[in-house]
Amino acid sequence: MTQNDFYTILPLTILTVWACLLLVVDLFIPKNSKGFTAFLSALGLTAALGYTLLFRNYESTGFNNMVVADGFSTFVNLLLLVSGLFGVALAYGYIKRAGIERGEYYILMLFSVAGMMLMAQASDLIIVFLALEWLSIPLYVLAAFARPNLQSEEAGVKYFLLGAFSTGFVVYGTALIYGATGTTSLGGIFYTASNQTPGLLLTIGAALLLVGFAFKVAAVPFHMWTPDVYQGSPTAVTAFMSSGAKIAGFAALLRVFATAFPAISADMTPVLWVLAALTMVVGNITAISQTNIKRMLAYSSIAHAGYILMAFVPYGNKEVLPVSVAAGLFYLASYAVTNFGAWAVVISLEKAEGRGLEISDFAGLAKKYPALAIAMTAFMLSLIGFPPTLGLVGKFYLFRAVIAGGYSGLAVIGVVTSLVSAYYYLRVVVNMYMREGDPSTESEMWLGFTTIITAVATVALSFIPQWMFAAAGAAVLRLF
Amino acid sequence: MEFLLQPLTLLTFFPLFGVLVILFMNSEAKNAIRWTAMAASLLTFGISLWVLSQFNASNPDLQLEAKYPWINVAGWNIYYYLAVDGLSILLVLLTAFLTPISILSTWTAVEDRVKDFMIFFLLLEVGMMGVFLAQDLFLFYIFWEFTLVPMYFLIGLWGGPRRVYAAVKFFLYTMAGSILMLVAILFLGIKADTFNVPTLLARLPDLYATSITPQIQMLLFIAFTAAFAIKVPMWPLHSWLPDAHVEAPTAGSVILAGVLLKMGTYGFLRFNIPLFPDATVQAAPWIALLATIGIIYGAAVSYAQADVKKLVAYSSVSHLGFVMLGMFALNAQGVSGAILQMINHGLSTGALFLLIGMVYEQTHTREIKVYGGLWKVMPVFGTVMLISSLSSMGLPGLNGFVGEFTILLGAFGAGVDGVFTSFGGVWWAGISAVGVIMAAVYILYMFQKMFLGPAGEVTHHHELKDLNWREILTVAPLLIFMFWIGLYPAPFFNLIAPAVEKLLIGY
Repeated sequence: MTQNDFYTILPLTILTVWACLLLVVDLFIPKNSKGFTAFLSALGLTAALGYTLLFRNYESTGFNNMVVADGFSTFVNLLLLVSGLFGVALAYGYIKRAGIERGEYYILMLFSVAGMMLMAQASDLIIVFLALEWLSIPLYVLAAFARPNLQSEEAGVKYFLLGAFSTGFVVYGTALIYGATGTTSLGGIFYTASNQTPGLLLTIGAALLLVGFAFKVAAVPFHMWTPDVYQGSPTAVTAFMSSGAKIAGFAALLRVFATAFPAISADMTPVLWVLAALTMVVGNITAISQTNIKRMLAYSSIAHAGYILMAFVPYGNKEVLPVSVAAGLFYLASYAVTNFGAWAVVISLEKAEGRGLEISDFAGLAKKYPALAIAMTAFMLSLIGFPPTLGLVGKFYLFRAVIAGGYSGLAVIGVVTSLVSAYYYLRVVVNMYMREGDPSTESEMWLGFTTIITAVATVALSFIPQWMFAAAGAAVLRLF
Repeated sequence: MEFLLQPLTLLTFFPLFGVLVILFMNSEAKNAIRWTAMAASLLTFGISLWVLSQFNASNPDLQLEAKYPWINVAGWNIYYYLAVDGLSILLVLLTAFLTPISILSTWTAVEDRVKDFMIFFLLLEVGMMGVFLAQDLFLFYIFWEFTLVPMYFLIGLWGGPRRVYAAVKFFLYTMAGSILMLVAILFLGIKADTFNVPTLLARLPDLYATSITPQIQMLLFIAFTAAFAIKVPMWPLHSWLPDAHVEAPTAGSVILAGVLLKMGTYGFLRFNIPLFPDATVQAAPWIALLATIGIIYGAAVSYAQADVKKLVAYSSVSHLGFVMLGMFALNAQGVSGAILQMINHGLSTGALFLLIGMVYEQTHTREIKVYGGLWKVMPVFGTVMLISSLSSMGLPGLNGFVGEFTILLGAFGAGVDGVFTSFGGVWWAGISAVGVIMAAVYILYMFQKMFLGPAGEVTHHHELKDLNWREILTVAPLLIFMFWIGLYPAPFFNLIAPAVEKLLIGY
């Protein structure tokens, strides 16, 4: 291992080593003060965040080009670390309340974040596979964390089985690609594929990889697990999972396709087009009939996977690629912020044994807790893509990339499905403001803090998106 | 500081000051909140007069520009860009003028959640001002969509029994149109590499000569039309309007009819006509067809209404048909008549909604047939109602006549030797003229049933009070302008004329 190798993966190494240490330290922390573990975990995340920020311009490759640090991975890593911090903040009071406060919750989260970061830096299909497992296994455990609650156990098992199944696709795809090109390195695949006519084997391999990732990011028709897992998992886990796993999945997908598979873009682009369109349509339409807020947000998360997938469609077009990568990242960031906020509000209303999670339980929220209702309204507007919120700016950016790539038809599907989504997001607003009810909420400092931060960010950043645009624009993929 | 002191920036965002102050007020101090909102909107009106005094009417170009780069990275050229010209100055004044009047009308009508009401109302004013002033497509789109949010809450929270349905319908309908416009805006922005309207105008002729085919131009035109036609609303896209109007609180109806609908017609004027000249000429007779159907249909349906508010709502469909007809005549009379008629409709329909609201507050019913003989018990109310009704139906000497007459002149002109000759010709003006007569029928029918004849059920059983000083103060400014425009419209036309001339250079 050279010094270069070491620096390339230093942020995730910090996190991993810290998590290992915490496993030991946690043994000495008394049962009734596990909040201290949360604090220490946040400290680790902050350290990694600080390091990444400090060396945000560092670019290199390590371990024989198997991992890479570039503008793209830096942006994604920052996003993941911030998501991790939000995840800790949301869990702090929640797991106490749910009676599942155990130190390993935070440690598992740290491991998962580290896996996600490796995913964003992976430059070899073997590493992609490794990172996929690394980030998923802690998530399976977290999904079932509320055992012996049946729903949570079911969620864990379901997530595990389907996750393992989808990993199988990734492995098989990798094998086929190796067969076609004789290498698993993204750069190597690119060279081989562009120096000879890419055969059917490569295309099938890439398609299988796509299937595997489509499972992870919950794209239709590989989304079946999402509503059940999101509903059954402890809500704090769902919040983290729906942002973190999505960011990591998309980061890997984007890198793999943009760097390794430009040669077969003529075959893959129509597939991605259909996948994106289908995901947007099915996700949004199915969300309409949901009455449970967790399920609704699950379908909303499927629908948003569809929007982000739109950024992939023009991936073979070298001129548009930087714009669409930036647009995809910007959208991921704005979705993560909004999504955490929405989940924070859901957690505030959740009662023991999963009560308080129907959309009708939001009735009357505006009268009793006006601030919470305003925050939730901002999140809902942002998810629709309405001013003055980050969601609008994100959609604007994304649709622009799609249209610039020449896919106006897809953009039209995108906007029409946004209209459909307005219907179910507005239902939450209608309940909060226009129906009578007597909701009660849990107020807890870190939960409130997350709600305020995300709400302010959702609105304020839409007025000053300049630096986020610049950051996303600087998140360049290292191409070969 | 320099940024804030731009007249147009100040005009747009001044109501936010009011919002900020109200946010920190005790929600039980209802009167204090009302006065604060009133003061904020009156000061905004004062700023609009200041803007008017700075406005050079003989200059056809955009004036008082406030222009700053906003998002300028990674190939984005988005400006914070506000400016006013002859096309928008009157609408800006109308917005600033109607807002305090509407707030005054809520003094006793809104008792529930006064704080929230005023906040939403002032936010709405910010959005409307922004729509009329924005000269960057991105900025325009933000303001355009943003107006939906406060209006949605105004209808949904303070509306009638079916308010939630009406609010959601309003939101979804309007959004359905604007999302297609979003795609068109992005397409234009990418092709021309700017979202800035004047720059876009300068670059478009080249693009039309090279990369944008007439078919695409037509598609862009249709996408913009979708957004604006729903807002206007043009037949057959009007079905959200009666619901929204009937359920909205009085002040909401006034602003909805007075200003929000004008955002649609203004959009045609500001974007469709200058940006897509070939498509506009092609589409003009078809728009005229829809407008004419709207005029006749709106008038006929108005006549059949049992609810007086619904009657006025459908009359808007008819009146805005006139505006559309005049605008797409694409000659000086037609377009200036259309702009003036936008103002007229705001004044007379605004007054009608206010008056209906005032009597509704006392009787809690809007059914025409339960009234009767109102004039005897409420003489002042009757007089004011009569003037507003006559103004709405276009009696000579009042504002409505000037607008409709000029529009019909323009439409005849376009039918004889203009854009309508390709299809329909003078028929559009001819049939629309029947609409004027039909307006007289439904308006006078309503007036007769409610105000004349024997005392109806409600008139009998209620101790009806005539208008008080506050209510008179609410409608008086509107009446003054009805007479002013009706008797001496020249100053108003002078504000519009140079800009209209410039707009029509290519036609």
